[in-house]
Amino acid sequence: MIPKRAIGALLSTVLGLVLLLSFKTPEASGIASSSRTNQAVVDQPVGGKSQSGTSTSQSGTSTSQSGSSGTSGGTSKTATGAQGTSGYADGTFTGQDVSMRYGDVQVQVTISGGAVTDVTALQLPNGDGHSSRISSIVEPMLRSEALQAQTASIDLISGATYTSGAYRQSLQSALDTAAG
Amino acid sequence: MIVHAEPVMGTVVSFHLADDGASRALGDAVAWLHDVDERFSPYLPDSEVTRLADGRLAETDVDPDLREVLLLVDRASADSEGAFDARRWRADGRFDPSGLVKGWAVERAARQVAATTGDAFAIDAGGDVIVRTGPSRSAPWRIGIRHPDRPDRVAAVLQLGDGAVATSAAYERGAHIRDPRDGRVPSDVRSMTVVGPDLTWADTFATAAYVMGRDGLGWVAGHPGYDALAITWDDALIWTRGMDRYLLA
Repeated sequence: MIPKRAIGALLSTVLGLVLLLSFKTPEASGIASSSRTNQAVVDQPVGGKSQSGTSTSQSGTSTSQSGSSGTSGGTSKTATGAQGTSGYADGTFTGQDVSMRYGDVQVQVTISGGAVTDVTALQLPNGDGHSSRISSIVEPMLRSEALQAQTASIDLISGATYTSGAYRQSLQSALDTAAG
Repeated sequence: MIVHAEPVMGTVVSFHLADDGASRALGDAVAWLHDVDERFSPYLPDSEVTRLADGRLAETDVDPDLREVLLLVDRASADSEGAFDARRWRADGRFDPSGLVKGWAVERAARQVAATTGDAFAIDAGGDVIVRTGPSRSAPWRIGIRHPDRPDRVAAVLQLGDGAVATSAAYERGAHIRDPRDGRVPSDVRSMTVVGPDLTWADTFATAAYVMGRDGLGWVAGHPGYDALAITWDDALIWTRGMDRYLLA
């Protein structure tokens, strides 16, 4: 049932540098019985444990701010025109309204001292149960990502699809506006 | 670095390009993706794929691009022993190569961009990623693997200089992947991520391995240059030995 080459690959698979925080023997699978795959607990703040020394306070910030998913509005400040080292002007900037299959997405960013300090979704798809579920999953995640982008700890995310793309697009247009 | 997001093929494809030569490379790549979308979409009434599925176009009369896709689709099906099957996976049984076309089209776009710019770039096609290093960037790209249900977290971070990363899961579009062999929704793992040199296969392998579940890890590792990482229902990460070299945290 398992191709021969897969078995060969398994045999050549050796337990290496393993984060064996929680090893559980998986049941009923050819892979599991050979026990040569690595396993670790999934519980990782965005950017939290990267080797380049991303600060824990940064990830802590992201985590605490993710609670306000799906909120609309937010205080609007006018741009001061002061430029930080990032090339972004301080202030609050609203991205373009991006229409996607599941609805509209619009993002607002707040820049302080030239750095992105907050990202809020003004609009997310809420038409039906499916869409709102998508919103609740995607928005806070990418919120953290945008904040993390300041540390360049993560360049891209694998596994986010439709809505996140619109989020990115609106976010980018807000940042473009901030960059003037 | 120029960032451009293009809505196409039912998702958004974002390009991260070094400034030199970026506009021409970007224009060509975007035009190619829209061209593929029009010709290969199963949702457009007169696309080549729709006419093929309807029997209005004979398989022997398709253009060279679609012929290549048909060959790749059949190869993927045979290789995965039916876990990936573009001819059977839809509930209505219609031919739909979308599961392979996106990765294939973006991979070809990436090769165009590489040839035009000769420099570093990244393309993110709705969560399927291609990265390259070059003169303007020698550092590897950092790619977060989305956590299935903890929205403020990523489950892992991969470090990759040149290659592709694709993830299959049910978390966003619902249960859009079914096992073509029995029509059931796979439930062994929550998500499956594949890293390798070519997005066509990283994407296709991720879909097939997600259907296979834990067995899919070993199956992916049987392909030279490809490795896999799965997130299980008990919130564990399991990965193939070769994945160690990419796992940053």
